Amino acid sequence: MSEGATSEQNARGQLDEHRILSMGPSHPATHGTVKFLIELDGETIVSLDAQVGYLHRGFEKECEAGSWYQAIPYTDRLNYNSAPLANLGFCMAVEKLLGLERPERCDWLRTLIGELARVGDHLTRCGTACLELQAMTPFLYGVECRELVWDLLEAMCGARVTSNYIRIGGVKHAMPSGFPAQCRANLARIRELLGDFDDVVTRNRIFVDRLRGTGVLSQRDCLRYGVTGPLLRAAGVPLDLRKDEPYLCYDRVDFDVPIGEVGDNYDRFLVCLEEMHQSLRIVEQCLSQLEKLGPGPVDVLDPRVRWPAKGRVFNHMEELIQQFKGVTEGPCVPAGEAYAAVESANGELGFYLVSDGSAAPWKVRCRPPSLLNLAPLEKMVQGALLADLIPTFGLLNMVGGECDR
Amino acid sequence: MTRAAFGSLPLARLVEVHGDALVSTHAQHGDATALVESTRIVELMAFLRDDEQVSFEMLVDLCAVDHLGEEPRFEVVYHLYSVSKNHRLRVKARVSEVSCAIDSVSSVWPSANWMEREAWDLYGIRFTGHPDLRRLLLNEEFEGHPLRKDYPKEGRQLLVGTERGER
Repeated sequence: MSEGATSEQNARGQLDEHRILSMGPSHPATHGTVKFLIELDGETIVSLDAQVGYLHRGFEKECEAGSWYQAIPYTDRLNYNSAPLANLGFCMAVEKLLGLERPERCDWLRTLIGELARVGDHLTRCGTACLELQAMTPFLYGVECRELVWDLLEAMCGARVTSNYIRIGGVKHAMPSGFPAQCRANLARIRELLGDFDDVVTRNRIFVDRLRGTGVLSQRDCLRYGVTGPLLRAAGVPLDLRKDEPYLCYDRVDFDVPIGEVGDNYDRFLVCLEEMHQSLRIVEQCLSQLEKLGPGPVDVLDPRVRWPAKGRVFNHMEELIQQFKGVTEGPCVPAGEAYAAVESANGELGFYLVSDGSAAPWKVRCRPPSLLNLAPLEKMVQGALLADLIPTFGLLNMVGGECDR
Repeated sequence: MTRAAFGSLPLARLVEVHGDALVSTHAQHGDATALVESTRIVELMAFLRDDEQVSFEMLVDLCAVDHLGEEPRFEVVYHLYSVSKNHRLRVKARVSEVSCAIDSVSSVWPSANWMEREAWDLYGIRFTGHPDLRRLLLNEEFEGHPLRKDYPKEGRQLLVGTERGER
């Protein structure tokens, strides 16, 4: 942190004793690489300029240079708290361009893994928000809980964080045989830990006082600023793409969409907490559906995105060529444009793709919920104390990888 | 599975009221899309927000596309969503390389503010009437606009300080 008194004119053109506080880009009380230039009148925030871009890696430029498949690992690195959801958004947009119909088993697997990822993401949000308010214990409950979620992701995808699990027209592989038992055991422990987490924080006087009434953003402002996800639902708008534009198997599972009343930080916290319980419900339903369906294909049988069987490749020229083309070039996607959006842990994660008919995307636009949710931060904290910025930013859950791309 | 959200109602309403401002329309893959005259973008957006039959409360996404070799070269793409009506519309406007400017819609939806800054940053399209058109993701010293197709992929620009440590 560095401070400097401005004796010159401030942003409002008045000559006064306002201080400019420069916070970030790497500050211990914020999770996320972002810089705030804050104009302070005493301890009150007069204006705030959030400067993003410190994690900009040129995601779109890189995607345009590779094949359609090569973009999937990059999407893992957008929101690294819930990588499968970004995989899913991208693959759904490509499938829309290709016009692929996936087998039912694949959709259930995607739903399951997406909900596990959502729980992991919300745990990070709620846990670190507590940590930044100097509450170490709930953070550790959250981390233990997230480990259990990541164990499940590892069992299913082979990786804990950057899962790279979802493929165009399918998933990497089917559910391993011991997964349902491990999942049920972990779910029971996760529920226990969430209960402990709830006991320690939710009615804690200090925690409630720091959160209630701070960082308020009204329904109208949420919509005008394009805020989505738990932030919008905390303001009382029951918008959830899983309900409003049901994709995958969300129209066949039973779950509720929690909403808040005033749209302050406390509402956001409660909405996320309840959403985790709802996600666990969905996971259980997916498990029993997958067990009912039994083993079978998890991929489309479309030669554009699937390689032929190895036995045919080794003995037939056509299949050999097809395999060679599939590896070196990847699928050619018909020319056109498509937008597909999923309800990620932070809100609407959309992918707008433009194809010129070649084997490389012409344009890959990621609509980042983190960026859109961060933009009205000044409105949330204007006139509030500097200390209120910490829980507000914490519960925004700005993820640099996704915000800056 | 096709997503029903890109309904055709908003497109039909746009054709009915502002048909003269439309260049072309399509509904490829179920996404209702209207290519409009770029000079009338603010008027059309205000209509789409305020009209009771379509009521697009949200500008969900705004981005640019570089169609290098075509004229007009650039395209600005807006994705609208109506929470109350649960439908979507994609609006596009072409921007020529010579003028490289289009009116800002940040007065219609404040969410356009940062997304227009991003499009300016990465594509170099000026949004006339924008309250604060600074770069969003890159540093102010960066030269050029990296998402343009004629900007090389390896065109990294290191941000280094002077001897005194100033940028």
